[in-house]
Amino acid sequence: MAIYTKEEARRILEKALSFSTADACEMSLGGSESGNIRYARNTVSTSGHRSNQNLSVTSSFGKQSGSATIDEFDDASLEKVVKRAEELAKLSPENPEFMSPLGPQTYDEPRSFIESTANITPEYRARVAASSINPASEKDVTAAGFLNDSSGFRALLNSNGLFAYNKSTDVDFTVTMRTNDGTGSGWVSRDFNDIRKFDADEAAKVAIDKAVMSREARAIEPGKYTVILEPAASVDLLRNMSWAFNARTADEGRSFMSKDGGTKLGQKIVDERVNIWSDPLHPEVPTSTWNGEGMPMRKTSWIENGVVKNLAYDRYWAKEKGTEAVPFPSNFIMEGGDASLADLIKSTKRGILLTRLWYIRSVDPQTLLYTGLTRDGTFYIENGEIRYPVKNFRFNESPIIMLNNLEELGQQVRINGNLIPYMKVRDFTFTSLSDAV
Amino acid sequence: MERRKFVQLAGLGTGALMMPSLFLGNSIPVEALLDPGMDIAVKKRLADVALNTARSLGATYADARIGRYLNQYVSTREDKVQNVVNTESFGIGIRVITNGTWGFASTNDVTEDGIKKATDQAVAIAKANSIIQKDPVKLAPVEAYGEVSWKTPVKKDFKEVPVSEKVELLLKANAAAMDNGANFVNSNLFMVNEQKYFASTEGSYIDQDIHRIWPTFGVTAIDRAANKFKSRDALSAPMGMGYEYLDGLESEKLEGPAGLRLYRNSYDIVEDATLAAKQAKEMLNAKSVDPGKYDLVLEPNHLGLTIHESVGHPLELDRVLGYEANYAGTSFATLDKWKSGDFKYGSDIVNLFADKTQPGSLGAVGYDDEGVKTKQWDLVRNGVLKNYQAIRDQVHMIDQNESHGCCYAQSWNDVQFQRMPNVSLEPGKEKYSIHEMIKDVEKGIYIAGRGSYSIDQQRYNFQFGGTVYYEIKNGEIVGMLDDVAYQSNTQEFWNSCTKICDESDYRMFGSFFDGKGQPSQVSAVSHGSSTSRFNDVNVINTGRTV
Repeated sequence: MAIYTKEEARRILEKALSFSTADACEMSLGGSESGNIRYARNTVSTSGHRSNQNLSVTSSFGKQSGSATIDEFDDASLEKVVKRAEELAKLSPENPEFMSPLGPQTYDEPRSFIESTANITPEYRARVAASSINPASEKDVTAAGFLNDSSGFRALLNSNGLFAYNKSTDVDFTVTMRTNDGTGSGWVSRDFNDIRKFDADEAAKVAIDKAVMSREARAIEPGKYTVILEPAASVDLLRNMSWAFNARTADEGRSFMSKDGGTKLGQKIVDERVNIWSDPLHPEVPTSTWNGEGMPMRKTSWIENGVVKNLAYDRYWAKEKGTEAVPFPSNFIMEGGDASLADLIKSTKRGILLTRLWYIRSVDPQTLLYTGLTRDGTFYIENGEIRYPVKNFRFNESPIIMLNNLEELGQQVRINGNLIPYMKVRDFTFTSLSDAV
Repeated sequence: MERRKFVQLAGLGTGALMMPSLFLGNSIPVEALLDPGMDIAVKKRLADVALNTARSLGATYADARIGRYLNQYVSTREDKVQNVVNTESFGIGIRVITNGTWGFASTNDVTEDGIKKATDQAVAIAKANSIIQKDPVKLAPVEAYGEVSWKTPVKKDFKEVPVSEKVELLLKANAAAMDNGANFVNSNLFMVNEQKYFASTEGSYIDQDIHRIWPTFGVTAIDRAANKFKSRDALSAPMGMGYEYLDGLESEKLEGPAGLRLYRNSYDIVEDATLAAKQAKEMLNAKSVDPGKYDLVLEPNHLGLTIHESVGHPLELDRVLGYEANYAGTSFATLDKWKSGDFKYGSDIVNLFADKTQPGSLGAVGYDDEGVKTKQWDLVRNGVLKNYQAIRDQVHMIDQNESHGCCYAQSWNDVQFQRMPNVSLEPGKEKYSIHEMIKDVEKGIYIAGRGSYSIDQQRYNFQFGGTVYYEIKNGEIVGMLDDVAYQSNTQEFWNSCTKICDESDYRMFGSFFDGKGQPSQVSAVSHGSSTSRFNDVNVINTGRTV
């Protein structure tokens, strides 16, 4: 079993630490069990099970550090891994940015482990696949999907007395449904910590309906359109934007967040209705309550009323700048409104509904311009109703411009471990058409 | 990026942040890289435990891959070493067919007991899934090769080169960049050694030792007053070579247009970093491109990525058939187009071939990860679509009975599946240099190096950028351009190919971390070509004000 309890993990780590002779020693013990099933062409294709555990030791003498890892935890192995790390440290060049390990910290009790998810069986996975394949076959549609579930733990211990432990479970599901005439495609994504919240039949139905609805799409001219972005369509652009919240690159003048020799901290960069924060204890998107260095992760505001409230500082950069370290977020929560997707469509005179965006790549880091394409369900809206499917577009757009052109926020949905609202945005830039279905 | 990876990365330090997940293995001391690992006789005995266990549980086919994956990663910025990481990953992956259905399990417990347990699990998964199986697996025949071996022919094993020498070289390149006006420089050296042992119930026991290397950097120049920054990345290519790739041999250098230095099978990182700094500064004031139609002259280290995305991926048979529909997508190059025998993928001069054999390429191996001997084959001949890339369980679907030998798994921990072989463009048959090509262009843009790239899920519509852009007017390079990206459609683009330089210009581009599959796996692949001309391609301006 790769999942150790808090007590088992502490026992192994304390034993390993007892072999340390370095000035400082940091250890991280982790393990995971994961299973998956993959299906396509309305039948199962590949699937598998993975199990892994390891102990990583970083020893430091002055500013020289070395790391070693092992996956056996008997006393002799623990002693060996510590000695290896110490030998490597003595051979390593000095790291001028070395930070000594953190002392003891207080953490919130994490909410990220759910027993039922840890107990998923191969038979359950096969049933989920069948929940897609059977209705697809009945509707002249072909299903291709993937279910992955995992449970894992991680524990830290260092020579300054820090101990941290976290267990978590995750399940990720996606399915693409394509009509057998090749002209329609629909997709859905669901992810949870708790498998009991997952309804495989409901998810399959969403994708099948989109596939059937998107058949025989019409071509309309590329240009600037009002769009309704489902959370799956905006999440990647928003997450890419979040990488710009790195204080160091902003201070160094090589980031969207750089400005006039300083940064945009405290400056309004998007519409005042935009509020974005992270919260490891949010019941819908719980994560670990500490990061890889053992820094406590707490609710942190990143954008408040359109204004940059925080940039992420690692411990070294915080020290250089004489400020507090702010860990990079482990999830991303954007405030929404009360409107449902149906409400947003109803209030749209002319616009396009986007299911998801695909193959998103940075075009210009200076302006956070990204390109990519719409996929698996793109629909034209007129006078409050979905009128017909349209061909996919290539877009060239910056999430900063997008959040400045905000029209309305709708309800939040969990997507890839984040909470993102439906969003209506004006003047979203499509630069060409794609024949892809 | 999957959320799990995002969370994983978010918790790590700056150095680790830049490290691809492949390198997040077990850290080991540098000396341990030279440890020869498990004896081959022991590997054979243990692999047989998996094969015999699978047979006894009713499997009709089984293969076992005992893998030891050694990686070294050196990361620096300016005058600092950020990270030196040595990792080792060792374990076994067992794949079975039971009731006509695949099952796979892996373990790092490489003992008889551990292997039996994992084999049990693989068979149990296959049985559970066989209930919903509608299309039983059919394998193309393969020769039983007996006990054979293959090695990347390296001249300098990276594991024997001291870390201090590698660090010194990167710091020297960084210093060269800083001395020439860079504000920042990050440089990295990725080195991979896959020691793979494959055994199958078909009667093959294959031992392979595979090496890859990728030196790369990013140089940034900043204009604080204008609040602008520009980066110029290395013009190196990842290669299936040893540390000798960094020798910087004069005989492997080419004089490119606009003072560019281009590299074939040997790379001079200090020289490239020097030029990169100068070019990054020049980019700060480069002319913003006027959008419109241009003739594009594409350098191999740029064209390689275009080949990768617009030829390599759409001709993967698993994509064409729908196996990747839920992730990477499907393909416009459907079976009916191939069956017609006259589908014009490109102009008459376009010949594209696949191989797993080109010396120095990332794809070169003796046998693939299901024990098939590697080879070369045509994908497009005289512009016409001829074939796909397929493995043992797929070729029967295109009425062929021999696997193309392009099955790969990124580690023992992952199931093997169809991966892109090297896909390359044949050089032009007539003598024709890059300088002659530029002379013939009236209104064009010369693009070198990889940049931003995006393509749709059926590989029709793409948008690509490069590392550096130069405007061509009436046969001359007239200056650097900025904000360039070209948009086209795959078939239209390849049919607009009017000229290809000769073989003296042929060299390889590489992708070290090409992603595919669920759970996603990376693989490394090269794409050879000579500089080529494409007429009347739509160029957009990507400059914005925010």
